[in-house]
Amino acid sequence: MTYLTKPKLHHPALPTNALGLTRRDYEGAVSTLCAGCGHDSISAAIIQAFYELAIEPHRVAKLSGIGCSSKTPTYFLGAGHGFNSVHGRMPSVLTGAALANRDLIYLGVSGDGDSASIGLGQFAHVMRRGVNMVYIVENNGVYGLTKGQFSATADRGSKSKRGAANSDEPIDLVQLALVLGASFVARGFSGDKGQLVPLIKAAVAHKGAAFIDVVSPCVAFNNHPGSTKSYDYVRAHNEAVNRLDFMPLREPIVADVPAGGVESVVLHDGGLVRLRKLHAEYDPHDKVGALAYLEAHRAKGEVVTGLLYIDENPTELHDAQNTVEVPLNALGDVELVPGSAALGAFNAALA
Amino acid sequence: MKPIARVNDFVVKFANVNGSGSASANGLFARAVLKMGVPVAARNIFPSNIQGLPTWYEVRVVEAGWRGRRGGVDLMVAMNPETWDEDVIEIEPGGYLFYDSTKPLPPSKFREDITVVGMPLTEICSAQYSDARQRQLFKNIIYLGALARLLQIDPEVIEALLAKQYEGKQPLQESNRKAFRMGFDYAAANFKPIGLKVERRDKVGDRIFVDGNNAGALGAVYGGATACAWYPITPSSSLAEAFAKHCQRYRVDPATGRHRYAIVQAEDELASIGMVIGAAWNGARAFTATSGPGVSLMQEFIGLAYFAEIPAVIFDVQRGSPSTGMPTKTQQADLLISAYASHGDTKHVLLFPEDPKECFEMGAQAFDFADRLQTPVFVMMDLDIGMQDWLCDPFTWDDAHRLDRGKVMTADALAAGKDFGRYLDVEGDGIPYRTYPGTHAKRGAYFTRGTSKDRYARYTEDGNAYVDNMQRLLRKFETAKKLLPAPVVQRAAQHTRAGAIWFGSTGAAMAESLTALAAEGIHLDQMRIRAFPFADAVAEFIAEHDHVFVIEQNRDAQMRMLLVNECGIDPGKLIPILHYDGNPVTERFVTREIAEKAHLFNVTPMRKIAR
Repeated sequence: MTYLTKPKLHHPALPTNALGLTRRDYEGAVSTLCAGCGHDSISAAIIQAFYELAIEPHRVAKLSGIGCSSKTPTYFLGAGHGFNSVHGRMPSVLTGAALANRDLIYLGVSGDGDSASIGLGQFAHVMRRGVNMVYIVENNGVYGLTKGQFSATADRGSKSKRGAANSDEPIDLVQLALVLGASFVARGFSGDKGQLVPLIKAAVAHKGAAFIDVVSPCVAFNNHPGSTKSYDYVRAHNEAVNRLDFMPLREPIVADVPAGGVESVVLHDGGLVRLRKLHAEYDPHDKVGALAYLEAHRAKGEVVTGLLYIDENPTELHDAQNTVEVPLNALGDVELVPGSAALGAFNAALA
Repeated sequence: MKPIARVNDFVVKFANVNGSGSASANGLFARAVLKMGVPVAARNIFPSNIQGLPTWYEVRVVEAGWRGRRGGVDLMVAMNPETWDEDVIEIEPGGYLFYDSTKPLPPSKFREDITVVGMPLTEICSAQYSDARQRQLFKNIIYLGALARLLQIDPEVIEALLAKQYEGKQPLQESNRKAFRMGFDYAAANFKPIGLKVERRDKVGDRIFVDGNNAGALGAVYGGATACAWYPITPSSSLAEAFAKHCQRYRVDPATGRHRYAIVQAEDELASIGMVIGAAWNGARAFTATSGPGVSLMQEFIGLAYFAEIPAVIFDVQRGSPSTGMPTKTQQADLLISAYASHGDTKHVLLFPEDPKECFEMGAQAFDFADRLQTPVFVMMDLDIGMQDWLCDPFTWDDAHRLDRGKVMTADALAAGKDFGRYLDVEGDGIPYRTYPGTHAKRGAYFTRGTSKDRYARYTEDGNAYVDNMQRLLRKFETAKKLLPAPVVQRAAQHTRAGAIWFGSTGAAMAESLTALAAEGIHLDQMRIRAFPFADAVAEFIAEHDHVFVIEQNRDAQMRMLLVNECGIDPGKLIPILHYDGNPVTERFVTREIAEKAHLFNVTPMRKIAR
């Protein structure tokens, strides 16, 4: 597969965002995934979210592991640095990167094999540490690049394309993230951009560990009637707890509040998430309630989507580390090297 | 048997039970000798256990300043009934045994060729203290008092040390002083001084007594490290902990109290090295501290860092291996797994500090090398250097030195239109330019990956582009040879056709051993290797000699393998001298082994012919 670039020229009348950038400025190379892959829809949602947020693409660091999902950072935000690391270990690389420069936005992209199987340990610990990031799992329940083996998120009883049934319990990364301390937990569906784009925008604005599990059907190996992660299955069983609009601080807040249950969630940076609640009883601040809700609907074979939990005042790894405001990678000799006089004192104490 | 009579040149070994509070008293003994102006070489020989198992502390009082173990024991302080038999056997003929005589022992438990000094320590403590904990702790200080008297150490020296140790804690200071005096006075009243004696000298000077983990951690501070990710593993944990301590002192912004560093205790070694790579990719200087099992776990990531060309510093404090091996014993057995870490064709930079001073120096330099070469750098320490206090020259630092961040393309250079290819060899040294993420809005971004790529970091499976990249990595390795610390060569007093090569902590025994061998007429030119890849001088040194002894602390002669492999040396020229029982190699071992093999390989006659 070769590296494809898109033509640089575009129509002068393309709409621009607050930075004067067009949507094209947020794109990357042409995808090499299968036509119709849910992952490409997620890439498109990421592009849309960052375009609407008017974040400079080069201020985003994109990190991934190994697998189909982990290839996708090539396909969006081409002006940002990307790091395709090793299988299941993106969280540690992202953690290190986040430590080095707190001024960038960290976007981790992973898959169900990458995060729920080989990388389950690192997934758990990156959530525990509250790394300031957006962590997206493109969840198709299957290993695509190695041609169709079950992943750990495949539902028990779901069938592979060859007809074999999965006998193992699935891992629900959303429930895990909740328990492990992620301060923003959501689930989306690659086929529902209207829900996914605001979720990503809200996750970016969240100053803590933000996790989005995106059900993303695999057209090649897992989009058939026996799969619980196919387009048809998810569309039929999607249980959306809320729809949301996200408004960053700098945008004027529109007053057209729709009738019905609407709740505004103020984010740390002053931005707002407005939840158009489809289920009046659902409270995204109640972690215990969220877990019970998820479990109850899982038993019914339903996929709950929406913003499931948010802590509006999260603490993140840099708070725990009490690091200086200046990014660590910008500190120079003067701040870092104690010099010979200090060494003299060190020697004297040990003489 | 005539009792041994020696001044400032003998070995005292303390046999204790782990967790009994003996470490503090024994450390005081070593520092007291130092305060008398007499150098010591001290080693804690301890089990992988927190409480209850045997532990020893060996103090070699050595006016000549040798830093290795000699071998043998002249005075055994036998405080552990469990190891009594083996401890008594270890005493040199004519040596001394100091023990707790509260409980009578049958004559069969002793030897006739040693001098026995029995002191009813338990009885004295029971009479003096009612609290069980006090009885245990002060017993150690009481025997320290008795030893001071037996070896004629100035009691005021130890009292001053106690005063310093318990500064501001008056009651503790006083009770310890009292216990010390109790032991001292008892010995004065009941024993004659023995044949071993500490006499005041001025041979310590401004040297410092420090362990390599502490020193390496300080090196990391001076090397500009801002991110440390680690997972606890003996014998490296104290390096990360010392880094935290040094950072508290040197890296807290005085205005805000906030940290100019970050330390993460990771969930495992894979995460540790992953964080290091992530931080270094993003332009911070980062390191991990680990030991052999950790290096095993890090293999995949190390290959990524090699191939994607990301700096990383790994302090490998080697221990007894393979597998869990001997966690509290020393070896130099991670050479191969470090030099060629990860699958595929990889080679890595290794540094070999010989003592804590070099742990400090190389601990700082490693970050310059890693940034300059954009590759992982291993600081190959071992338990002997890492966890033992060594007497070293004071550390020095050149304030004119600036951190070398290597080839980093700036926003200005990018804006000026300078061609940026992440894997483009612009200057012919094999080292490309890199950019930090977020540098420029339009230029300089690239995709970092473990897959093959072309000079502009574009994914490719083209064979020519792959080979081109792999060849450049070899050129970079050639550049490294000239950049890294050069080997240290010392010529024998007489012309010789034989040489000796060693590295790392083995040097402690080598200096003394080579002096002893020279006295026996075996003269060897000497080379201490300080880095891998080897400088050209290494192959040249071997070529100049008919036989070269390679002394190392592992079973399979790993350094010798590296030499044969990397320098194309005829294996027959390199005579392995191997010590790998987990204890630091002794002078006596090296001298005996080389002397025997020198005759076997005709090294001595050849020298005579040459002369």
